[in-house]
Amino acid sequence: MKFSEIKSHLAGYTVGIAGAGGLGSNCAVALARSGIGLLVIADHDTVDGSNLNRQYYFIDQVGMKKTEALKKNIERINPETRVDIYDTELTAENITVIFKDCDIIVEALDKSVMKQMLAETVLGTWPERPLIIGSGLAGYGKTNKLKVRTIGKTLVVCGDEESETSDELPPMAPRVGIVANMQANAVIEILMKRKDHENNT
Amino acid sequence: MRITLNNRPEEFRNDEITVSDMLRIKKYTYRMRIVKINGRLIKRDEYDDAIIRDGDNVQMLYLMSGG
Repeated sequence: MKFSEIKSHLAGYTVGIAGAGGLGSNCAVALARSGIGLLVIADHDTVDGSNLNRQYYFIDQVGMKKTEALKKNIERINPETRVDIYDTELTAENITVIFKDCDIIVEALDKSVMKQMLAETVLGTWPERPLIIGSGLAGYGKTNKLKVRTIGKTLVVCGDEESETSDELPPMAPRVGIVANMQANAVIEILMKRKDHENNT
Repeated sequence: MRITLNNRPEEFRNDEITVSDMLRIKKYTYRMRIVKINGRLIKRDEYDDAIIRDGDNVQMLYLMSGG
């Protein structure tokens, strides 16, 4: 299939991204480059100098709200992808409002407690809606440990499911970027299957 | 009883156990996780009550910090 066909199909979808750190910023950019119609991005953090080792921001954006900086960066890459931003900390209450109209949701949060809260809220509220989780990406090397696992029809987990970030095992651009792009790839794969399905019915 | 845990066969002495029992027996401690029994999400506050029975398909994934 030609890229123009893929892009015009993806333009019809909305993808929610919970978190705009290493996973969220890189995943959002990959999806914008691919032509997703609308990205709904939520994060309450500001860009810090220490984020630049892996997150899709620039040194002159330090101090900016991540959501605003990411929206600007995406506009510079592909203005055809619209970006709705929510500068807020996600809670079980606001998740069901912010991501209500999303076709797929990407979990791109940092802390495992928040990941669990989001996953339980999304899976509990919309059992049929695909959720793409990132889990296990700390450190460097061990590329072959990074994998994609599908659980049931709608739950996908990307990462090694074991390496947790710490002072001695920091998150770094290559592995974080691989997992973020695995998540974007899973989103595209699921949405393109809907096109195949439409063509076959 | 025999169950499937993450696509692998597992055997337990008991006829049925709760999710909390399984985590204890298997020494799965501490971590944040998602648990599904036969495709149904078991939330964290349901681990003490949710029953796993013979033949059940239990799926679990770990949520590691980092993003």
